[in-house]
Amino acid sequence: MSVRPAPSFIRAALVPERHAPIRTTSLARVLWIRLFSSPSNALLTVTGAALLWFVLVPAVRFFFVDAVWEGQNRTSCLVTDTSQSIGACWPFVNAKITQFIYGFYPEPERWRVNLTFLLAAILLLPLLIPRLPAKRLNASLFFIAFPVAAFFLLHGGGITGFGVSWTAGILSSLADSVGNAGRQLAASGEAGEFGSILRLLGNAVASIGDALNWLASPLSSLRDRLQSSGQPVWYDFGCTAAIVSLLLFLFSGGFRAGWGALLASLTTFVGIGLVIAAMRLDRGGLPVVDTRLWGGLLVTLVVSVTGIVSSIPIGIALALGRRSTLPLIRMFSIAFIEFWRGVPLITVLFFATYMLPLFLPGNFTVDGLVRVLIGIALFAGAYNAEVIRGGLAAIPNGQAEAAHALGLSYWKTTGLIVMPQAVRHVIPGLVNSFIALFKDTSLVSIVALFDLLGSLRASFADPAWATPTTLFTGFAFTGLIYFAFCFSMSRYSLFVEHRLNAHRRT
Amino acid sequence: MTVAPRKPPLQFFLRLRRALGGRAGWGALALQAVFVAVLAWIGYEIVANAKANLDAQNIASGLGFMSNTAGFGVSQTLIPYSETDSYTRVFLVGLVNTLVVAAVGIFFATIIGFMVALGRLSPNWLISRISGGYVELVRNLPLLFQILFWYLAVLRTLPSPKQSISVIDGIFLSNRGLVVPKPVGQEGLIAFAVAVVVAIIGCMLLRSHSRRKLFRSGRALVVWPYALGLLLGLPAAAMVIFGTPFAFEMPTLQGFNFSGGARLIPEFVALAIALSTYTAAFIAEVVRAGILSVHKGQMEAGAALGLSRRSTLRLIVVPQAMRVILPPLTNQYLNLTKNSSLAVAIGYPELFSVFAGTTLSQTGQAIEILAITMGVYLLISLVTSGIMSVYSRRVARSGGA
Repeated sequence: MSVRPAPSFIRAALVPERHAPIRTTSLARVLWIRLFSSPSNALLTVTGAALLWFVLVPAVRFFFVDAVWEGQNRTSCLVTDTSQSIGACWPFVNAKITQFIYGFYPEPERWRVNLTFLLAAILLLPLLIPRLPAKRLNASLFFIAFPVAAFFLLHGGGITGFGVSWTAGILSSLADSVGNAGRQLAASGEAGEFGSILRLLGNAVASIGDALNWLASPLSSLRDRLQSSGQPVWYDFGCTAAIVSLLLFLFSGGFRAGWGALLASLTTFVGIGLVIAAMRLDRGGLPVVDTRLWGGLLVTLVVSVTGIVSSIPIGIALALGRRSTLPLIRMFSIAFIEFWRGVPLITVLFFATYMLPLFLPGNFTVDGLVRVLIGIALFAGAYNAEVIRGGLAAIPNGQAEAAHALGLSYWKTTGLIVMPQAVRHVIPGLVNSFIALFKDTSLVSIVALFDLLGSLRASFADPAWATPTTLFTGFAFTGLIYFAFCFSMSRYSLFVEHRLNAHRRT
Repeated sequence: MTVAPRKPPLQFFLRLRRALGGRAGWGALALQAVFVAVLAWIGYEIVANAKANLDAQNIASGLGFMSNTAGFGVSQTLIPYSETDSYTRVFLVGLVNTLVVAAVGIFFATIIGFMVALGRLSPNWLISRISGGYVELVRNLPLLFQILFWYLAVLRTLPSPKQSISVIDGIFLSNRGLVVPKPVGQEGLIAFAVAVVVAIIGCMLLRSHSRRKLFRSGRALVVWPYALGLLLGLPAAAMVIFGTPFAFEMPTLQGFNFSGGARLIPEFVALAIALSTYTAAFIAEVVRAGILSVHKGQMEAGAALGLSRRSTLRLIVVPQAMRVILPPLTNQYLNLTKNSSLAVAIGYPELFSVFAGTTLSQTGQAIEILAITMGVYLLISLVTSGIMSVYSRRVARSGGA
């Protein structure tokens, strides 16, 4: 028999009774409780008030009371007599505002930037309001049509062909590259132990390239015929529209059920045709504005919007790859995601600026902005992959299992059942990653692109505006722009999250 | 008569199929073969193009450059370095500088972050609003913006050393950075260090002793006077017996600059301030979420047991909150370390700035240098996340929070 040890924690006396709850009805009462209920609380309040006083009063004095509002150059922002203190130098912002927004974009062409901003706002606003209809059309316009239109608007230039020419070009260069790789392999197999195997492999690869070339030959001949005609763009456009519409019609059920697809395809092509005609893309389009002239808020927005738009498909592919049961694809996705998430963005930008050109064929020069965009898309894609994976994981397994039980294939299960549900969970995370990306675009100023922050830095170098208060004024103004964008987006993300969790609240 | 159980069929091929092709079988294997072929083709293109481009531009390849003479100065070196040292030395100098600024940033970010988080949760309306405003303001401005702000608008506009600001005697803030008294070791240093270590070990022993006592008898021993005595008394005794451990070398103004004392370069000060205040806002959110994740019932149960508010927090809420806080907190530390690479914008000589910046522009060997730099950051990330995943697995096994 063991003796039970005496229980240790027993109070000898009762805990003293607490006070009855205080009525908290009147405003004064609530304020009293929340600010001065106890001596320590009162001390905190006084400290906080003092802190606010010492921050807010000088700030208001600097930005409003003592600020200079009008002037032509630095002399108006300099102290004339020692008794007076000079605050913010707003004429500096006024003089530099075009640089902050457009960079060095030529003045007669600035309407194009404004038009792009306007288009983006028109397409984006209805997308953000959950109650409005036609989200699918709206999203496809914003995410697919708008970037293409914005490219021709901002950069300018026209097109010399359309779908048929582009596909033929891509296919033939792919075939050439594969063929070359095969021949190289076969040639390197001349010496060495595994020579015969290498040669066999090389010949096989080379024959794949030849086969690709042979497959592309009808398209190539069609392209040559189209290009030699008087109106290559329009004939090519017509051919592409006919081929794509016919294929869609046949694949979605032919005469039995394919009329909807045919109609949708034809409408889309009519829309594209109208845009081409309106922007005169077939006749050279708008004058080309080199990306080196872009700057300010324009670059910040272009980089962040392109980054997020192009990173979403990458993110979806990587997220699906990471959840895949195929070992090689899963391993590749994990390695890819962890690599980009493990390095700082600035190394990615340096990678894109200095290493990427080395990896591309020598005759192939990539614009500086595009290089940075590629780097940012890969970087943001890895981060978005994790966000999307989180959304996919939030969908119960039973959904996918039920779809399998109904006989749906993997792609149909993903596309029709899992993804549409996951998208709802993913939106707040995507908005947050967009905020992060928007802030991170300031890093492109390190690789010699003049985004908003880069333009600000450049404007400080102007001796015509060098005053002691210029720095603070410039930082305050750009800070306000950054804050307005990021803060509104974070509020929007909270709003969507709140809506998503509506069923959990009672 | 019993029927002998049938042997399960030989599952070798099934297993092989599963291992190679996942759930989808041989078709998936073919798909993966195509995938690998495409990857191999891309890899071949990259290597072939890089080789051709490097040949065309006459850029050397390989790691031979690491032993060449660097020939440029570095403004902050914690390990001995001169211009005649090799690029390997430059790499090490940069790595040490990165680690130093990361450690300083993490230290201050943690302190500020916890303070702001507690402020946000404070019942005091004003304090919680001020803390919330801080978090919103700092989180919604780009880090690079803040670094440049602190560097260009605050530290560079400070007066010159002659008119430097001095709050406490011996500490001067000017546009040349922060000058502080430099501790110089004296003969009593070793004895002093030993005394400090012994005192700390003694305190830990005291603590575990009082714990054991508490669990055995149910009565808490009051140990803090002894601990305090140990911590103050032992080093003081060592100082009396063996002499002063170190003396401070005071900075004095000579001509246009300070002589003596230790100088923190303005780039370091700006970077440390920006990194710690920026990360602190994120840490505050992490900590707040962690504390809020502990169910209200836990606090109430503690109160029902008769524990005071402080003991409830210390014994019940904080241990549970820490489990939630720790993984995202390490993530923030990692982010801070990676973000320290933004120093390249203001010229603080950390790893990225001296190696991928100066060394890259001198040698032009982009592939090797960027691979090494990325590798270092990747290694730090992977090691940290590896440790974290082990930790979270342990937490999950012990029931989780």
